[in-house]
Amino acid sequence: MSDHDHPHGHGSELSEMQLRVRALETILVEKGYVDPATLDAIIETYEHKIGPHNGARAIAKAWTDPEFRRQLFDDASKAFATLGVPGGGAGHLIALENTPQRHNMVVCTLCSCYPSATLGLPPVWYKSSAYRSRTVSEPRSVLRDFGVELSTDMEIRVWDSTAEIRYMVVPMRPNGTDDWSEEKLASIVNRDCMIGTRLPDPRDAR
Amino acid sequence: MNGVHDMGGMDGFGPVVPEVNEPVFHETWEGRVLAMNRAMGYTRTWNGDISRYAKEALPPEVYLGSSYYRRWAIGLEWMLMENGLVGADEFAAGKSLRPGEPLKRKLTTERLETALARGSYDRPAKAPALFNVGDHVRMRNIHPQGHTRLPRYVRGHAGVIERVHGCHVFPDSHASSSREEDPQWLYTVRFDSHELWGEHTDPTLKISVEAWEPYMEQAS
Repeated sequence: MSDHDHPHGHGSELSEMQLRVRALETILVEKGYVDPATLDAIIETYEHKIGPHNGARAIAKAWTDPEFRRQLFDDASKAFATLGVPGGGAGHLIALENTPQRHNMVVCTLCSCYPSATLGLPPVWYKSSAYRSRTVSEPRSVLRDFGVELSTDMEIRVWDSTAEIRYMVVPMRPNGTDDWSEEKLASIVNRDCMIGTRLPDPRDAR
Repeated sequence: MNGVHDMGGMDGFGPVVPEVNEPVFHETWEGRVLAMNRAMGYTRTWNGDISRYAKEALPPEVYLGSSYYRRWAIGLEWMLMENGLVGADEFAAGKSLRPGEPLKRKLTTERLETALARGSYDRPAKAPALFNVGDHVRMRNIHPQGHTRLPRYVRGHAGVIERVHGCHVFPDSHASSSREEDPQWLYTVRFDSHELWGEHTDPTLKISVEAWEPYMEQAS
């Protein structure tokens, strides 16, 4: 939290939520319901092991390997399992194909359902009221918030994740990347591309 | 319930503001809340649908005025009290005043990978599916008091069955006091923008939801 939020703050001052959550954890540990080391391991997993890099790997492979691409659209959960990605074996994952005629976007209007077992935790904007309210009625205006303008004749298909089915978007491979390695291709697939709010940009290559 | 969580199509929330190089957690306590939710979810004291309902049932001003992880924290406290695992006096005291209740199971680091992988919600079918791909259906105009996954913006509207996903645990029943899974056929239903938002909306837009069979009827 910044100094701005603490007009009279001291370095040691704890926020209401820090205190509340600390008390909650104390109670749960004292009662033997949770083990602090396990909580640490959960946080460590989401901070370092599960994340959008796993999805980016799959997409780069789908761009270069037609057999993997077929598998990914046929059964994305199985295709992820073949990559040895943590959480990849989980069911109910569907890959959505962007084409020159159709752009896909994923939202959860009722809460914030997200393919977190494969892509990690959702960003704050995905969980925001603005994204959850507007994406199903004015997706082009939402895309403009990300600096994306699509041609007016392209179909926009919005998937509202109201059940346990999870979606990820497979963007189109940008022109001028024909001789790129899978690793270089993966470096231009960011998380937002897989939700459908951005397009891969070759200038992002690492 | 017709709560503020059901946001599809609402106006007034302003622009979507992406953050550059966003961290996984903005505050240390957010990670602790997420981890405690996962660990307590693993104990099977409640299920994921009850956990969603715990957040939807927050008073509207609390829901809208709270960050995502603050909702999770308050929802977790509520479920712990509702299920008799922690008393209100213990929250007030900020410490445990009694020994813990027995749990069905407890999460350990060794079981972490299994615990964080998604469970399966597929269940065997009790009856054949009423609808097939390409069928025209209308979402029922229903307003369940409890938990439901039928958003308001599609109720009463006609769409087309695009996919059939098999039988899945029915959240409306799973989150109720019976906690019964009552599996139902699950479909992807696609709507034209004109059907949902009126004739002056973007004609290139199509929207889909996943909907369980009890949410819909044959379109006449």
